[in-house]
Amino acid sequence: MAAVQETIDRVKDIDVDQYRYGFETVIESEKAPKGLSEDTIRFISAKKNEPAWMLEWRLEAYRRWLTMTEPTWARVGYPKIDYQDLYYYSAPKPKKKVASLDEIDPEILKTYEKLGIPLREVEILEGVERPAAAAETDADGEAVAPRTKIAVDAVFDSVSVATTFKEELKKAGVIFMPISEALREHPDLVQKYLGTVVPTTDNYFATLNSAVFSDGSFVYIPPGVRCPMELSTYFRINERNTGQFERTLIIADKGAYVSYLEGCTAPQRDENQLHAAVVELVALDDAEIKYSTVQNWYPGNSEGVGGIYNFVTKRGDCRGANSKISWTQVETGSAITWKYPSCILRGDNSSGEFYSIAISNGFQQVDSGTKMIHLGKNTSSRIISKGIAAGKSQNTYRGLVSAHRKASGARNFTACDSLLIGDKCGAHTVPYIEAKNSSAVFEHEATTSKISEDVLFYCIQRGLSQEEAVGLVVNGFVKDVLQQLPMEFAVEAQKLISISLEGSVG
Amino acid sequence: MTALLEIKGLHAEIASGRKIIQGLDLTVNKGEIHAIMGPNGAGKSTLSYVLAGKPGYEVTAGEVTLNGEDLLAMSADERAAKGVFLAFQYPLEIPGVATLTFLRAAFNAQRKARGEAELSSPDLIKRVREIAKTLNIDADMLKRPLNVGFSGGEKKRNETLQMALLQPSLCVLDETDSGLDIDALKVVANGVNALRAAERGMIVITHYQRLLDYIVPDIVHVFAAGRIVRTGGADLARELEATGYAQYQSEAA
Repeated sequence: MAAVQETIDRVKDIDVDQYRYGFETVIESEKAPKGLSEDTIRFISAKKNEPAWMLEWRLEAYRRWLTMTEPTWARVGYPKIDYQDLYYYSAPKPKKKVASLDEIDPEILKTYEKLGIPLREVEILEGVERPAAAAETDADGEAVAPRTKIAVDAVFDSVSVATTFKEELKKAGVIFMPISEALREHPDLVQKYLGTVVPTTDNYFATLNSAVFSDGSFVYIPPGVRCPMELSTYFRINERNTGQFERTLIIADKGAYVSYLEGCTAPQRDENQLHAAVVELVALDDAEIKYSTVQNWYPGNSEGVGGIYNFVTKRGDCRGANSKISWTQVETGSAITWKYPSCILRGDNSSGEFYSIAISNGFQQVDSGTKMIHLGKNTSSRIISKGIAAGKSQNTYRGLVSAHRKASGARNFTACDSLLIGDKCGAHTVPYIEAKNSSAVFEHEATTSKISEDVLFYCIQRGLSQEEAVGLVVNGFVKDVLQQLPMEFAVEAQKLISISLEGSVG
Repeated sequence: MTALLEIKGLHAEIASGRKIIQGLDLTVNKGEIHAIMGPNGAGKSTLSYVLAGKPGYEVTAGEVTLNGEDLLAMSADERAAKGVFLAFQYPLEIPGVATLTFLRAAFNAQRKARGEAELSSPDLIKRVREIAKTLNIDADMLKRPLNVGFSGGEKKRNETLQMALLQPSLCVLDETDSGLDIDALKVVANGVNALRAAERGMIVITHYQRLLDYIVPDIVHVFAAGRIVRTGGADLARELEATGYAQYQSEAA
């Protein structure tokens, strides 16, 4: 198999040790000067050898951003962000030893060990194909599908460091590469779609991203092609005081299908780090995009110090008839999460889905949800949101379901369930529903419950520890959503959920 | 020989400060089945919770040992790993968690706590299916979320399944007969009887003689106002069926 040799070569190329020391890139010039100005943007654009139109696009966004104010409507509180005190571009440097273990708190190391993240990082970056585990069975005694191949684009701070399985994808006509590379190799495609779902004027954080984004992934699936493997991006913020602004653009042309996974981690830092990403999805006629996220940014310590500020704009455009976009997210990290993956149901008979698990513990603040904008005829959407609040965290679901005047036959089903663990956390549900067409049928269900002491005792009486009991109950609570994840991620997400709730019960 | 369970001068109260157990002495030897009978509110269920270590039940005096070890010093999950099993009167529902998943989690958690190797999924599934067969539990029930939408009979059969899988040294059955029709009662009783063993002791808590027709105890205790007021053989249960508990309630008060 061709992939095997490629895998071996890849392994040599991106050995983890190189992550620490081995990048043969220039050192000093790899970081833009601190602060944000037109010069910073020119610096980034020049670093990436971008076409002139791209620089103009960025500058226009920047000028627009200067006139905007930070939104305050979300149920999150944080000290004012000093945008001049950040680095907007940083590439891995050889001597920084960013991944040096000495630098990381043993507690965090333990967590990552439990998560299997270091392993996973290696494994996934290597694109290792595991031998189909002999008749592995799940809890229900049913055969589990053998591990599938996943192509990965790894983004480390501001740059993409590796993309695997490029050759194999190329054979299928799939384009999967860092967006900076796509800007050079496929400028017309990028120009045609970039900013058409999330315009540069969209919102404060998206506009900032448009000005300064440094990398991210670009995917194009040609007409009628079913992408032969899962595509994945693995984001890692590493550099101190560095904002990460990645931009992802995925286009599924007519009749195409792609499943895309996104994973995120960051090491522990005392100060907060800003992450403001934009993801744009375009599905043309009969196309389908499935986008899954397991977000595990550093959430801050037990006193609420540090952690990632995650202000993300994700939007999918069901541009063609019968198209479908499905978002699945497992949010466990970040000090602040501000994120509403949405679907614009423009094409007739198009459908959108949003499956979400948002877990908050410690002092985390989550304000997340979705928007389903019904524009075409006979469009449908489905929202299943599971919020779990523990510790002293606040967890808000905020959603909009709207039907345009011409959106006859629009249908939506929404179910929002919240689970509280302990008595110092909060769960909030803020649904907006607007039906401007009388034929729209929207359903909304919501529940809020507290984790039952009796249920926990039942589990503990059978031998489970308190934490195992909470993990089991919560995993049951979120099962409907976990089932939407590709098998690879579902198993990991399950572990992550248990780990992120550790220490949540006294 | 060390008794399996030794309760001496036990006093316990609930969080509100109400005294429930008031001077209980009880010794259960390996191989014995003890029935505890008594009126509502006598403290029978409280005894089962105190033994299992449920939060909210405070022991104010007395001691409890399991195989000579201080049971009260152990956390609830430690007690489970040491072999204390409580068959709940009202088994709890856990939505989204398949029965088999729960069984595996419990089984392996106990093994881990005892420093034993975990059982692989296929081996565990095989073992569960064998036990399930004897309790008329079909494969479908094992896949359903634990106790969710189960009938009364299914819940109690499921408790029995867990007990048979976990092989505890001390089984405490709290009102296992409640919510069971006569056929289900027989199935559950057969399951329990199959677990009678020289190394294992049982405490069967019930209001009624009916259950004891099927699970025949070695010793019967009458429990009233938080302590044992009378002890006898299996025939005591039948006597109670005729006379009721009224005399003991006045005696205890």
